[in-house]
Amino acid sequence: MTATISETLVDPTGKPADLSPFQRFVSDFCESKVAVAGAIGVLIVALIAVFAPWISPTNPYDLATVDIMDSRLAPGKQMMSGVTAVVGTDGMGRDMLSSMFYGLRISLTVGAMSGFIALMVGVCVGLTAAYFGGRVDTLIMRVVDLQLSFPAILIALVLLATLGKGVDKIIIALIVVQWAYFARTVRGTALVERRKEYIEAAACLALSHRRIVFKHLLPNCLPPLIVVGTVQIANAISLEATLSFLGIGLPVTEPSLGLLISNGFEYMLSGKYWISIYPGIVLLFTIVSINLVGDRLRDVLNPRLER
Amino acid sequence: MSVFIIRRLLQSVVVIWVMSLLVFGGVYLIGDPIDMLINPEADQEDIDAAIRALGLDKPIHEQYWFFLINALKGDLGSSFIFNEPALQLILARMPATMELAFASLFISIFFGIPLGMWAGLHPESIAGRSIMTGSILGFSLPSFWVGIMFIMFFAVILGVLPSGGRAETTEFLGMQVSFLSWDGLSHILLPAVNLALFKLSLVIRLSRAGTQEVIHQDYIKFARAKGVSEKRVILVHVLKNILIPVVTILGLEFGSVIAFAVVTETVFAWPGMGKLIIESIDQLDRPVIVAYLMIIVFMFIVINLVVDILYSVLDPRVRLQDVKA
Amino acid sequence: MRKTFTAFVAGAALLAAAGVSAQEIRIGIAQEPSSIDPHYHNLGPNNGFLSHVYERLVQQDSKQRLKPGLAVSWKPISETVWEFKLRKGVKWHDGSPFTADDVVFTATRAVNVPNSPSSFGTYLKGKTFKKVDDYTVHVSTKDPYPLMATEMSTILIISKKAAEGAQTKDFNLGKAAIGTGPYKFVKWQKGDIVEFVRNDDYWGGKPKWSKIVLKPISSAPTRVAAMLAGDVDMIDGVPTADIETLKKNSKVKLSQGISNRVIYLHMDQQRDKSPFVTDKNGNPMDKNPLKDVRVRKAISMMINRPAIVERVMEGVAIPAGQLVSETFFGHTPNLKSEKYDPAAAKKLLKEAGWGDGFGLTIHGPNNRYINDSKICEAIAQMLTRGGIPTKVVTMPKNVYFKRASRGGPDKSPEFSFILVGWGSGTGEASSPLKSLLTTYDKSKGHGASNRGRHSNPKMDALVVKALATVDDEKRRTLLQQATEVGIGEDQGIIPLHYQVNTWATRPGLRYDARTDERTLAMDIQVVK
Repeated sequence: MTATISETLVDPTGKPADLSPFQRFVSDFCESKVAVAGAIGVLIVALIAVFAPWISPTNPYDLATVDIMDSRLAPGKQMMSGVTAVVGTDGMGRDMLSSMFYGLRISLTVGAMSGFIALMVGVCVGLTAAYFGGRVDTLIMRVVDLQLSFPAILIALVLLATLGKGVDKIIIALIVVQWAYFARTVRGTALVERRKEYIEAAACLALSHRRIVFKHLLPNCLPPLIVVGTVQIANAISLEATLSFLGIGLPVTEPSLGLLISNGFEYMLSGKYWISIYPGIVLLFTIVSINLVGDRLRDVLNPRLER
Repeated sequence: MSVFIIRRLLQSVVVIWVMSLLVFGGVYLIGDPIDMLINPEADQEDIDAAIRALGLDKPIHEQYWFFLINALKGDLGSSFIFNEPALQLILARMPATMELAFASLFISIFFGIPLGMWAGLHPESIAGRSIMTGSILGFSLPSFWVGIMFIMFFAVILGVLPSGGRAETTEFLGMQVSFLSWDGLSHILLPAVNLALFKLSLVIRLSRAGTQEVIHQDYIKFARAKGVSEKRVILVHVLKNILIPVVTILGLEFGSVIAFAVVTETVFAWPGMGKLIIESIDQLDRPVIVAYLMIIVFMFIVINLVVDILYSVLDPRVRLQDVKA
Repeated sequence: MRKTFTAFVAGAALLAAAGVSAQEIRIGIAQEPSSIDPHYHNLGPNNGFLSHVYERLVQQDSKQRLKPGLAVSWKPISETVWEFKLRKGVKWHDGSPFTADDVVFTATRAVNVPNSPSSFGTYLKGKTFKKVDDYTVHVSTKDPYPLMATEMSTILIISKKAAEGAQTKDFNLGKAAIGTGPYKFVKWQKGDIVEFVRNDDYWGGKPKWSKIVLKPISSAPTRVAAMLAGDVDMIDGVPTADIETLKKNSKVKLSQGISNRVIYLHMDQQRDKSPFVTDKNGNPMDKNPLKDVRVRKAISMMINRPAIVERVMEGVAIPAGQLVSETFFGHTPNLKSEKYDPAAAKKLLKEAGWGDGFGLTIHGPNNRYINDSKICEAIAQMLTRGGIPTKVVTMPKNVYFKRASRGGPDKSPEFSFILVGWGSGTGEASSPLKSLLTTYDKSKGHGASNRGRHSNPKMDALVVKALATVDDEKRRTLLQQATEVGIGEDQGIIPLHYQVNTWATRPGLRYDARTDERTLAMDIQVVK
């Protein structure tokens, strides 16, 4: 994607011309200290997610070792297995720290996978609708209307009743819920862009539809998409938490970050702050980092923005 | 224009029909309403009687056909749980939800656009950066979590706002509303802010992105060169040109606020439509779910129609026949 | 009628303005009623909250023991006829007198409510009501019927004059909602508020509260927050997670009491190939170990009930060894809750030929009983450690119950090992024995909720005999024997615990916790 966009990049900043597009991109990105901090945050989160099984003090998914006799221990107390629960244990006796590491892994997978696939689907569908117009547009947009008014909880319930519980089902549910947002957003912007001179010019050159749509139309529709996209990954994780909150999320014995947060909801007034607050802080940190990076990316990748 | 609108409304009939079919099938796949309704002490004979009373003994396609015939006569069926027409139940809950939806829309527009434009005009200033970073917080946490935090802080710890529910209503233009009194407003405040947070951040971010882009376009430069006052440049030229994505998203979000303020209404015990639909889904009260979603899909179509018309108003390059879909 | 109501509201408002608002009580409730029509829907909240407005011939006290209500006495006068003597001097809310005509009218109306999703026919079918004089009613049945008084304690009596020809809608609007109870119905805005005012002419003396306001607050933390913020005077369904801190809070007083609800496990005892019983590696098996009583006993011994009570339920539950707790009719003193003994369980498994263990999946609802999904997790932990690796699948009740009852082929129960609960609305042991443990037989109405398909002819015979024995002591013995066979010898189900319900009130009030889980203003006491 980077390559596609740098084609249309103008460089008004007068940087040395011998920088490769990638080097220029990196140097642009690093101009913002906040963004660099965000990038480091994303890196930390990603490393934790990848290496969760190796860095966690316990395996919170192993029912043979998790014991309810350890439940609701305050931070710093020792569990029966002899391991110290640094940030306490939850209502089922799982070490909170390990649960959050493992949970982050699941939540990020769910959020990124569903967000990415939904984005792909939404962009293709939205661009098709805007570019071809007419009946194609009509059909697609009515399906979008239908989709947008169909509640996520109903989709998740149907999937749960027919296919059962699991990470894959939740990802499917989230894709089904999200793609229409992207489709609608892309179409809105593309409708404006396709009337502009450069598209008409491209059409006059008899370029193929595919080339016009993806090489010319798409890059110019990107800015609002990146905004909605980065927000939507956060939203997907939130949505998964909400589905867990409504009891149709992931399996309870393998909690995601979202499930931990929804478990924490119960303990909000109980005085056992570590069960409800810490997963929230981890999620906050994750989402803020991702979005700081996302914000900067949008600025850097935007073909029309003069910096 | 009117042909365009009529055509769109005709299409909506098809969409609504598809919706009813999907929901009927969906509820059938999820479970059986009778399990939610029947008292466990009932024996098989009683269960069969109840199934007959609710018309659930017929094959699913016959049930659907029966529903369709009645729907064409304007009867969307009666709630299994309340034994009242589903449509009436929904309409009775509508004012409460509308109040909340408009309050949250108001908050997101009147705070979101100015803050976003400010951040776009002054991207490197501390205020600009803080607005942007702050806006991330708005969508970082699930709303049920933020909602209960609000209640904890403002109702339990500070004791300045009520913990939930809606205030006494008064009649206004034939509707039962609560926002005309201070008590009513104090009840709306927390749920409305809770509901607005996500949209607020989205609007801030979209306006900033738009402003940053538009501000360097030639026509803005021309306007400035022509000596148009800075105020007018921003309020007319910039504002108008950033609105397309903002309007799209707000249209979508406004629809989903009305339709599915499920979590906020549950957490704040707000007696609106969202609470009705989630309780109906919980109990598999099919007539209410079907009627509700048929209304909602129609509403979405109307909102998207308005949004499409707004496109052509906001940007002359978008002609109505382009969007006549 | 509406005018009178408005007048009452205005009166109540005046009183409040004069500073007597202490007499008004606001209650945050977890679940609101689905109707003001007392016969439309046999549902917990309806049967509970409508008891403010209407009354029954026979009432249940807070421990579900029978006491006189609109009937002052009742007795069988022959093998098949019961006589009810009605209370004199009782007036309906509209001033007309209560007589036998109202009772006969109620009995015919209650079984014939259009579109009723759960009819009171369950308790009324096979009974013929006859007015003898204004204050005597005879009820006859085909066979001897011991549960007559118990079942009459479920039917709320309505006024013939006010309700003849009335629809459910007329009750909801208040037109037909005329009872004899201590409070009069004012209004119901769905999802928002239910209001009752005092009935000053109540036959049992002037009620304590001038006005009752019920606020449905379904989200538990919000309900607790409303209590802490002082927005309500009382809440029901206090979540177990908050009990520990609320105990220390001076702004709140807790009232607790055991309920009639037992939480238990069903095991598939019918199929040889049970879909959710596998070998240790998760492969399907041709043999179903759950059919072996020793395996069932071993599973029961692996479950550490006191630990579940202490850790999952935060001390708010009581380990169970049968279907009803001590105070209920039919409880047997010979069955205690199974002792936790993993070593003996292992031995028993070995004896049964399953020493190497096998795999299981426990299915349970996640929004039906107190901490239901956590209990499933705790049980899975215990069984996994005991050598039976167990997976947990929980789901909302709307998906769960259909699959648990008839999601399998030929409408058989789908799952192999499930968690369910049973509340004895009638307050005695025959109803759960009949529904949960007798051999499934649609035509006899037996085993309607027997989702494990347990079957033992010996126990069936005992239950059938008990249901036809009018003599209380003999019936009690039969029910105790049936319990000892079905649960003690057969391990037909595994009881876990009896739920304990918690209410919170502001200081100065106390709630007499009811076993039937109802929240009634009549049972709120003012304490100094």
